[in-house]
Amino acid sequence: MTESAVSPTIADGRSPGRWLSALARQRELSLVAIMVVLGGLVTLVAPQFLTVSNLSQVAVLASVIAVAAIGEALVVITRNVDLSVEATMGLVAYSVARVLELHALDAPAAIAMGLGLGLVLGMINGVVVTLFKVPAIVATLGTLSIFRGVDYLIAGSHQVPLAGLPPGFTNAARDSILGIPMFVLVAVVVVVIGSVILRSTRFGRQLYAVGSNPEAAAILGIPSRLVVFTAFSMCGLLAGAAGILWVMEFGTINGTSATGVVLAVVAAVVVGGVNIFGGSGTLVGAALGALFLGFIANALILVGLSQFWLQAIYGVVILVAVTADAIILRRIKRAATRRSVR
Amino acid sequence: MTPVARLLARWETLLVIAVLGLVVLGTALSPVFLTPGNFANLIAALMEVAIMALPMTLIIVAGEIDLSVESMAGLASAILGFLWAAGVPIWVGIPVVLAIGALGGLMNGLLVARAGLPSLVVTLGTLALFRGLALIVLGPRGISDFPDAFTELGFGRVPGTPIPWPFVIFIALAVLLGIMLHRTWIGRQIYAIGKNAGAARYSGVRVTRVKIGLFVLSGLIASLAGIILTSRLSSARADAGAGMTLTVVTVVLLGGVNIFGGSGTIPGVALAVIAVAVMQNALRLASVTVEVQSIALGSLLILSVVIPTFAHQAKSAIDRVRGGRPPPADSIKQGERAAT
Amino acid sequence: MLKSLGRTIALASAAIVVFAACSNGGGASTPAGGSAAPPAGSAAPPASAGGSAAAGGITVGYLPKDIVNQYFAAAKTGMDKAATETGGTIVQVGPNEPKADLQVPFISDLTTKGVKAIIISADGKDEVAPALKQAMSAGIKVVGFDSSPAVGAYDVFVNQVDFSGVGVNLSDWACELAPSCTGDIAILSASATATNQNAWIELMKTTLAGDKYKGLKLVDTVYGDDKPEVSTTQAQGLLTKYPNLKVIVAPTTVGILAAAQVVKQAGKSDSVKVTGLGFPNDMKPFVADGTSPVFGLWSVPDLGYLSYQVAAKLVSGEITGKEGETFTVKGLNKDQPYTIGKDSVVILGPAFRFDKTNVDQFNF
Repeated sequence: MTESAVSPTIADGRSPGRWLSALARQRELSLVAIMVVLGGLVTLVAPQFLTVSNLSQVAVLASVIAVAAIGEALVVITRNVDLSVEATMGLVAYSVARVLELHALDAPAAIAMGLGLGLVLGMINGVVVTLFKVPAIVATLGTLSIFRGVDYLIAGSHQVPLAGLPPGFTNAARDSILGIPMFVLVAVVVVVIGSVILRSTRFGRQLYAVGSNPEAAAILGIPSRLVVFTAFSMCGLLAGAAGILWVMEFGTINGTSATGVVLAVVAAVVVGGVNIFGGSGTLVGAALGALFLGFIANALILVGLSQFWLQAIYGVVILVAVTADAIILRRIKRAATRRSVR
Repeated sequence: MTPVARLLARWETLLVIAVLGLVVLGTALSPVFLTPGNFANLIAALMEVAIMALPMTLIIVAGEIDLSVESMAGLASAILGFLWAAGVPIWVGIPVVLAIGALGGLMNGLLVARAGLPSLVVTLGTLALFRGLALIVLGPRGISDFPDAFTELGFGRVPGTPIPWPFVIFIALAVLLGIMLHRTWIGRQIYAIGKNAGAARYSGVRVTRVKIGLFVLSGLIASLAGIILTSRLSSARADAGAGMTLTVVTVVLLGGVNIFGGSGTIPGVALAVIAVAVMQNALRLASVTVEVQSIALGSLLILSVVIPTFAHQAKSAIDRVRGGRPPPADSIKQGERAAT
Repeated sequence: MLKSLGRTIALASAAIVVFAACSNGGGASTPAGGSAAPPAGSAAPPASAGGSAAAGGITVGYLPKDIVNQYFAAAKTGMDKAATETGGTIVQVGPNEPKADLQVPFISDLTTKGVKAIIISADGKDEVAPALKQAMSAGIKVVGFDSSPAVGAYDVFVNQVDFSGVGVNLSDWACELAPSCTGDIAILSASATATNQNAWIELMKTTLAGDKYKGLKLVDTVYGDDKPEVSTTQAQGLLTKYPNLKVIVAPTTVGILAAAQVVKQAGKSDSVKVTGLGFPNDMKPFVADGTSPVFGLWSVPDLGYLSYQVAAKLVSGEITGKEGETFTVKGLNKDQPYTIGKDSVVILGPAFRFDKTNVDQFNF
């Protein structure tokens, strides 16, 4: 536990904070730079990469992951993790689709229901972690099983076909305003609202404080448990939103929808510079991370590598990002220690 | 230490009672429960998980975690199938695959112990990486025409009994690793590292070396599990073993191992394996749907952490009321352990 | 610590001894199929078609590739009809995902439950074989359908269609939809290990080598895993990667629907056509708007009906599955007898072509 004892985030005032946000911006810029370079290279081999239709396709798919990744980032910033997001997405997606198919609710009500369900599932995670003091890995591994089990239970062998949804419901995935796809706008709005909350409210500062030094945060009187609970609840809400976007994008929904997505979400967060040790990272980074991964997946297909390379690349990307994070963190701490010694 | 030991002892007794209770339940639910054929069913498919749960116990006691075990099993299956299809004799393929398992574990170990990265994320990365490598090696193919001698390993029985060979392997490993953890100085070092890695280091324990060794062991055994899985199903697939990590971690935690490290026993985990196997078998014979079982497993996982926590807190509260020693500083934090 | 260790080891050994003792009292131990841990499957409550198994009625276990794919739900409607007529019951079990290792424990369960017959569409022909063979040695009749288990692991395999016929059909439809039978075509299949799809694709490739199709170029084969989402992203990938693509051939009902939706939503219904094997109900709108003017299938309910009847006849001893045996099923094959062919295979009939002249007459 030596590292957290040295952590200077609160004791040393704002300097490391400024360092961290400078480095975070560097991370975001590096991601953008890599994407541009990658994009250029891919276009040389496959010019159809640079078409509006392809790029919007990539952006739309990435937006769904991005929304979930933003929620996950909130949790990771508090030094926790939520592995159950894919089950939340799947359960909300099926519930919304089924409710629409049965004409039990109209679209706006169904969407509200879906968001509410996501919020409730997130709150369950929050309660298990903060009230029952179960470590987040264990808690969310458990809820991953439970939520997915409930999803399979209510879905059974039924599949909601595209035709079962109200006409026009899935259009949102293909509509655009001023040339920008709807989904991208949704993701951008979420990022903006989230970032404002994180940067300018007390809650946001508390979130970072709890993640970077829980003991100090407790001493300072920050209600850590409430902060963590809120983070998990927001994560659930956003996972629910991602589930609704999933329905609009794919149309056909059954009990297995959204299986396997958690890796992409966590990878997006890690790649986006949200430090797994907690206490730093931005929502913009998480969203860019999702876009970055979408880029890579798309580039793979266009360049002719089979879909089977994708998993391995995700793994490498995660490992590289974590290594980079650890190096950065060590440098900051070394520098801060030097500063405080002076 | 004694009150903690007592608590642990109680946990294992609880497990034994649970196993016996489940056996009674199973017999009541279905007349075929105690037949030899059913015993084999009951045990057979959980053995790969059981075998991987043993080194996982050591790793979690040491304060780390290895999420990549299922993918290493898949990679082992893929490489074994690839080599076999390419004409390499199976008895050459097996050592190669085991060596690769050890190498993968070494990679995990170096990243966690040498570079100091958090094991949760590293093994999440290798979970993806190893699975990806398996897919690259074997693609979507399934290799299935393995020699009977090889299939016998995963599928056959000890002659004259219904006991599957993998169960024998599991018991042998459990005894081996049990002795290592509970009777040797390595085991004491593992506990020390789990309780306080910094203090252990200052006491002369070679923390890095031990941790690397544990990850290598985990990779090696995961590879073995992959070989057994391939043999049992008589099929090598790149997606072999998908989903096993969850069950492995569940079984270990159910066995009374503390997720923060520093405590837990091999016999407890062995009992948890039997309990989970009996439970799943009994429930399936009673036609309880697998979704409900999944929900039950997830709830069990959470409960297995909640109950000791509450028991510990209750104990501290009782101690406080009795006016005894001051309550220990509440070191149970929310969230995952930070890297040490 | 020592005491608890000793105690638990003693108790654990006692448990094992108890099991071993029970085993010696039991009969011969035959290799059993595995029972899996992964929580992904479902056992639906026994769907009693026409009351409990009366005299002459049998209990049949139905194990599709997965219980979510609507193809198998359609087959079940035919099975239910047959069960009602013969006074039998069907127990449907199966995994949520089409994976072979998830299917195996259900075979063992059905064996233990003592059903009279198992109707199975195998996710992987070799993985399910040991468990099926064990079921057969326990006296259970095994009927494969749609996707075959390995030879020797079933009594009869009801093939929905003549493989080589389908290969020619798929090639013909692609040729018909590509302008002047020329251009790039791609295949969107199911899971990469599916016996049936792989066989059809192989035969299609053989057919395409012929002169008539020399203008067609097969540029890629991608796998949608019979999952709507994966099929959708794969279809999108095809459209992006091959801008000159003329036809997508999807020999899977999940894939053809996803591909048609993708093409329609991309607004490319005029330049890219979709064909393959699909449900009329799914594809009617795409026939109407020209995305998928021609596709095919067979009567999936009839397939289910035939499979159940074959199972019943095996149980009653009317047939044994030997090559050359014949039997008749009223209402099918124009009441003409079916002949069991090589490897105990029975073929339902030729594939049926749907297009705008007839698609509206069908309802499944």
